[in-house]
Amino acid sequence: MMDTVLQHRLATEPTTAPAPWGRVRRSRHVADRALKIICTLFTVLGAFVLGWILLMLLVEGIGGLSPAVFTETTPGPGTQGGGIANAIVGSLILTVLGIVVATPVGVLAGTFLAEYGKGSKLAEVIRFVNDILLAAPSILIGLFVYMLMVQPMGGYSGWAGGVALAIIAVPVIVRTTEDMLRLVPGSLREAGAALGAPMSTVIIKISWKAARAGMVTGVLLATARIAGETAPLLFTALNNNFWFSPTLMGGVANLPVMIFQFALSPYENWRELAWAGALIITMSILALSIVARLLLRKDKVR
Amino acid sequence: MSTIALNTSSAVGKAAAGNAEAPVRIAVRNLNFYYGDFRSLKDINLDFYDRQVTALIGPSGCGKSTLLRTFNRIYSLYPEQRADGEILLDGQNVLSQNIDVNELRARVGMVFQKPTPFPMSIYDNIAFGIKLYERLPKSELDGRVEEALRKAALWDEAKDKLRQSGMSLSGGQQQRLCIARTIAQKPEVILLDEPTSALDPISTGKIEELIEQLRSEFTIVIVTHNMQQAARISQFTAFMYLGELVEFGPTTKMFMNPAKKQTQDYITGRFG
Repeated sequence: MMDTVLQHRLATEPTTAPAPWGRVRRSRHVADRALKIICTLFTVLGAFVLGWILLMLLVEGIGGLSPAVFTETTPGPGTQGGGIANAIVGSLILTVLGIVVATPVGVLAGTFLAEYGKGSKLAEVIRFVNDILLAAPSILIGLFVYMLMVQPMGGYSGWAGGVALAIIAVPVIVRTTEDMLRLVPGSLREAGAALGAPMSTVIIKISWKAARAGMVTGVLLATARIAGETAPLLFTALNNNFWFSPTLMGGVANLPVMIFQFALSPYENWRELAWAGALIITMSILALSIVARLLLRKDKVR
Repeated sequence: MSTIALNTSSAVGKAAAGNAEAPVRIAVRNLNFYYGDFRSLKDINLDFYDRQVTALIGPSGCGKSTLLRTFNRIYSLYPEQRADGEILLDGQNVLSQNIDVNELRARVGMVFQKPTPFPMSIYDNIAFGIKLYERLPKSELDGRVEEALRKAALWDEAKDKLRQSGMSLSGGQQQRLCIARTIAQKPEVILLDEPTSALDPISTGKIEELIEQLRSEFTIVIVTHNMQQAARISQFTAFMYLGELVEFGPTTKMFMNPAKKQTQDYITGRFG
């Protein structure tokens, strides 16, 4: 077979001659290499800036770390020492509050978009509004919650701060939930329905289960996002140099606003505490992101 | 019931009547199917006999999978798809609005082209379907799971890893798991939509053997692209082309001595 093909080729040499080498223009090789170099350069630039930020944080922040940072409350103006225990606990409470409010809203809305709202006008409108909310300036959300809660309740509160953070987190969770549920193959839903399972059972027992890792990751990323938000807290939880009230009424100390105030202050110990707080918050977010990635990877292997 | 069904419509039913002693389980009458405005099934009349395997064959796009998907109304998951006419399951029109589709789907099980194990353990994959309609004590549920796995010829391979994910099985095992899941519900009819087209020859052989065994209990309808497979495992064959039923009859007759030239051409590989 091969031989006859070859013989045929030899016999008809002029028309079937192989294309000559060197057809690819030199400029293409140059363009190829240039693009590769430019892309690499900008990647390195991005990584360099990120590395610089982290390095600066480490250098400045580690100096400020001491046991007192975790045990004492924020110092008053002109006093020595002090810590940020109240801000750490306050941030934890506000973040947990925000995510606890946002998770059911976000997961259920995302489920509606992916499962029930397929092709419906309502779903399209919600998706559009959600995308806008995703990009909304966070200071605006702070002002909104000020009008909604702070004014009627007669003062700043941790509750208002939690709600403001929840509004930031909801669109993130809606988006990731919808995206992850869309990755669940339709054949799996059909198989569930073919056993006579109503749609609710298919969603809860099959779709959610199949998309679980991705959905948890979405919630973790939203947590990381709101843990560092400052603007929505300025008008809601404010800040507080003391242990806040257990009812969360009045200002509640928190890391982002504490950093904002202390970093701009003239006091050396305040600025040091601001660095320490920045380091703690960044490391927490980094840890959350790493956990989120590990979860996703584990799911892919399986 | 059976005589009425056999006497209605076309030469198609009569051809089968000569050899069919089994009663009719599903009777399709004047069935039309639409994807939006496109009519993809045209006036189908066809009977399926109790505890027999009926193969639906025909070139891609001829409507055989569409026909299969009307029997359990799985198409109704998609709002743009609709059917009119009648599909009588034991005399009940399953296309009627009064029928509860979920209950229908527990009676008419379906296995798909690609294995679709749920993201849960082997045990839970099978218990899932049972638990939808029956509330059983644990010991009885265990028994039902084992029974289903045995019938699907998967017990020996799976008995030591019932708690492992269903996704950890091989493709052929996954497909048998899906069959086990379906028969665990004790349906009357099993629909198979090209169940072996994603499997290797050995797994295919196992599934074919399995279908042969299941025939003693269930009425089976199988869509297949593989003509040898239809010849091997079915008692009746329906040949479809462009949304119409061209010919229906006992498999031996369809393959040895088809009445229509189109059937002959397709079976001998002249088109399709």
